[in-house]
Amino acid sequence: MALLTLKKVRLGYGDNVVINDANFSIESGDFVCIVGTNGSGKSTLVRGILGLIKPQKGEIIYGDGLDRTQIGYLPQETRVDATFPATVEEIVLTGCLGHMKMRPFYCHGEHKHVHESLKKLGIDSLAKKSFVDLSGGQKQKVLLARSLSATRKLLILDEPSNNLDYKSRKSFYAALAKLNREHGLTIIMITHDLDADDLIGNKVLALKEGSVTLEDTQKYLEAYK
Amino acid sequence: MIFEMFQYPFMQRALLVGLFVAICAALVGVSLVLRKNSMIGDGLSHTAFSAFALAAVFGFAPLYFALPIVILASFFVLRLSRNRKIHGDAAIAVLSASSLALGTFAISVTKGVNIDLNSYLFGSILSVSWLDVWLSAGLAAIVVILYFFAYHRIFAITFDEEFARSVGVKTGLYDAIFAAICSVVIVLGMRLLGSLLISSLIIFPTLTAMRCAKTFKGVVAASVIISAVAFVTGLVLSYFCAAPTGATVVLVNLAALILALFVEKIRKG
Repeated sequence: MALLTLKKVRLGYGDNVVINDANFSIESGDFVCIVGTNGSGKSTLVRGILGLIKPQKGEIIYGDGLDRTQIGYLPQETRVDATFPATVEEIVLTGCLGHMKMRPFYCHGEHKHVHESLKKLGIDSLAKKSFVDLSGGQKQKVLLARSLSATRKLLILDEPSNNLDYKSRKSFYAALAKLNREHGLTIIMITHDLDADDLIGNKVLALKEGSVTLEDTQKYLEAYK
Repeated sequence: MIFEMFQYPFMQRALLVGLFVAICAALVGVSLVLRKNSMIGDGLSHTAFSAFALAAVFGFAPLYFALPIVILASFFVLRLSRNRKIHGDAAIAVLSASSLALGTFAISVTKGVNIDLNSYLFGSILSVSWLDVWLSAGLAAIVVILYFFAYHRIFAITFDEEFARSVGVKTGLYDAIFAAICSVVIVLGMRLLGSLLISSLIIFPTLTAMRCAKTFKGVVAASVIISAVAFVTGLVLSYFCAAPTGATVVLVNLAALILALFVEKIRKG
């Protein structure tokens, strides 16, 4: 069974329909880039998959033992206050809230899992550091580590390379590719439409005027040329 | 001399209510200020003024009349601040000004009702009753217990609400609980500090604490300590200077903020 299946899904806000009749499946191990112009509904689609907005029609099916509250989500960087008073560890631990159910405190296993997530991204030395004191690239990796703490199956990233310089972006993409290849994580990433450098996945989910099509990255790039 | 002033029952009541309210306001304030929702406190305090004024005009028990009205108003304000079509801050400003106007109008046109407008606007230390003491003690217990057991969820919502929702935290429920607590803090603290000044108890300690600590836990702890110390200092100073308690407490909080900003600037070089 596919990790994620959308059947005739319609998403929107009140009368404003943003995504109409989305039909596609994402398999475990896929790395999918969502592309589309501004306002084409990329973030709306992601919010629908995360359960932050309910589909107006159709259904979203989570397979392969995936729990909706255990999807690792990396929102756009602008959503987070860069001056927020918190340590890296405090932030990354919040990824474990989906596993806690009614339990009020983190357990030893969750602390361990957080340090594994930090280690995977090579930032375990930052655990006790203050978020305010980190560079833009480090902050983005911390938020990625938080998403990793939330999931062992599916990562969803909303334009993660925004505001990153060339070097930080390369390093960030290398970390994502490693997570997909070596740790078998399925990744869905919203990215820019026109920049082929950002299309690092094996599939492309293209959004245009409310419709959604899933293609192989190579085929998409050839058609685009 | 300080020991002597606290032998008066009205001072004992003011000290207890003030301390409980200061602790609750600081705890709620951290989340509100960091989420850039601190104007909610201002809007609600003016609604509380209007509710107290209407209660006096119609002869209702002020506390029992104001509490449900301000709690309802807080849910309304919460919806306004979330509505994408409306500018939340402008809507809160409209509610704030309208409430103040309604309260003042009601008091002014009603004949035969003896109300001290100043005590509502700026607070009166004599208006605090033992019922207020018990209510504020109960509120403080609820807030501390909530913070203790929901600390990690409160942190997650404050840092990144959308992510918190994505991992299953019931952000709407926590928002409603916070709004209700904020209302009770305002209604209980308003008679002591006044409707124009009570919201500063929610904002100032957090702003000062953010200059002293770099972790969320540190900011929460520093905010509670600063709020409690500033209140007691303000209460003692107001007694000796024969000045209004609310204004003195706010000035002490302002002095603490200026001092913290100064120390921060020196530390950063």
